[in-house]
Amino acid sequence: MHVSTSEIAQLAAQGLPPPVLQVDRVSLQYRSATAVVQATHEVSFDVHPADRFVLLGPSGCGKSSLLKSVAGFLPPAAGEIRLDGQVVQQPGPDRIVVFQEFDQLPPWKTVLQNVMFPLLASRTLGKRDAAERARHYLDKVGLARFADAYPHTLSGGMKARVAIARALAMQPKMLLMDEPFAALDALTRRKMQEELLALWDEVRFTLLFVTHSIEEALVVGNRILLLSPHPGRVRAEINSHQYDLSSLGGAGFQQTAQRIHRLLFDESDQSGAPRTAEPIINFSDVRFSY
Amino acid sequence: MAQTPPIRDEYEIPLTPLPGLVLQRQFSLPQRIWQQGWVRKGAILLLLALVWEGVARWQNNDLLLPTFLQTAQAFIDGIGSGELFGKTWLSLQVLLKAYVLGIVAAFVLTTLAVSTQFGRDLLGTLTSMFNPLPAIALLPIALLWFGLGQGSLIFVLVHSVLWALAVNTYAGFLGVSDTLRMAGRNYGLRGLGFVLQVLVPAALPSILAGLRIGWAFAWRTLIAAELVFGATSGKGGLGWYIFQNRNELYTDKVFAGLAMVILIGLLVENLVFNTLERVTVKKWGMQR
Repeated sequence: MHVSTSEIAQLAAQGLPPPVLQVDRVSLQYRSATAVVQATHEVSFDVHPADRFVLLGPSGCGKSSLLKSVAGFLPPAAGEIRLDGQVVQQPGPDRIVVFQEFDQLPPWKTVLQNVMFPLLASRTLGKRDAAERARHYLDKVGLARFADAYPHTLSGGMKARVAIARALAMQPKMLLMDEPFAALDALTRRKMQEELLALWDEVRFTLLFVTHSIEEALVVGNRILLLSPHPGRVRAEINSHQYDLSSLGGAGFQQTAQRIHRLLFDESDQSGAPRTAEPIINFSDVRFSY
Repeated sequence: MAQTPPIRDEYEIPLTPLPGLVLQRQFSLPQRIWQQGWVRKGAILLLLALVWEGVARWQNNDLLLPTFLQTAQAFIDGIGSGELFGKTWLSLQVLLKAYVLGIVAAFVLTTLAVSTQFGRDLLGTLTSMFNPLPAIALLPIALLWFGLGQGSLIFVLVHSVLWALAVNTYAGFLGVSDTLRMAGRNYGLRGLGFVLQVLVPAALPSILAGLRIGWAFAWRTLIAAELVFGATSGKGGLGWYIFQNRNELYTDKVFAGLAMVILIGLLVENLVFNTLERVTVKKWGMQR
């Protein structure tokens, strides 16, 4: 489902603001030692300002590759990625990535220096202004007390918070998160999702979020792009703005989760047996994070 | 026959404060003293000195093996007359010059190697050619090219520092995680800025190891070179001091010279490199 120019005109007519990010029929390829692997095939989607846009799909659907491509690390084999109408060609500080790995924080910098790092490296701010802004965002993620600590003394959740503060401090056009909470324990992950939503409520950043958990997608996102595996193709776009952490386990939430599950794994809906007869929660809905 | 676990009563315990419970206990004084690395190492040195003194007294031949006390006396005399210090200073000057040159050359080579294919091939080929070549084996050629003087010494010393450091630094650069690299590039760093702000600090454990090895190689090569061809332009260093005193059968002075070599090694290792490690990689949690 491509958004053609006429459709964009139509969207504009509906009073939609122009999208921040346009991914236009992007095909991505990986070069392994022996072969070229097709990661995605003609994927298109638009991200609008203040969207919490989630890329969701099973492993091998190319969602992480798409995010890397938006970040500028992986040039598309075909198609275009446009940020504010400009074609993305290389990594830049207008799209800050929050990675999953804990080693994304340079261990030789304190928490404060870590948050200041992109501001200084990209020459966005001088030293004093950078420190001021860094403290502001550290305060927002609740780590003001740890400004002078080194990353190796922090817990996983705190490291994730530093990475988020670092990304927010740049005030980028887009925040790109590649399964940022996947390496955290379940309780911390839930707390981080809550905090991320609270931060979004306050700052209203534009977020592109990659996850493999249906539950996380529904909670974190306001719109979800479903990708099919091998190669990644767009299966559907679904609204999830009505759900947050308090809707976990609710009937509507469960229904949407089941619908996503069906779409992702291509189980046919016309199985004949009345679905309502099933219990609302069954084992296929419980998604474990690997 | 399926077993079902018994159903038990639930319970809750309100938590009360714990007065008088010590959550943290200090080590005792002897334990704390023994925790200090220099105390333990000092004890080892003391033990070695005692063994030396014992063996030398039992052997009872000053010409072959002077006792620890005789060596200490010769050492103190050498320091007192300023001769030992002068010779050491001469050696150290040459050493430092060559060491710095070697570091700069290694940095240029490895930076080239991480940024271009040609640099990679160049570094790979050169290190596999020259790393196994003992620096001292280049001395005859160096003497031919640069004459009897500091020039030829510096040449062989740079050779001994450069390859060890370059190999270690490059290996360290290769070991920097993709995530850190991507983070650096994400913030718009490239070229020299990327190398200095991301690769060098991230590879610092390997670089420090390379600096250590390079220092030891250079120090060894210097003493050996001085032993082989002695004075540089009329002023001999520590190796020359050892060589001369052996010729004159002042064995205690030979030992004093050797002790100086060892002492400087210990000082540099403990004061310079360990301090460097403590304020960088250990503080950052990159090395235990």
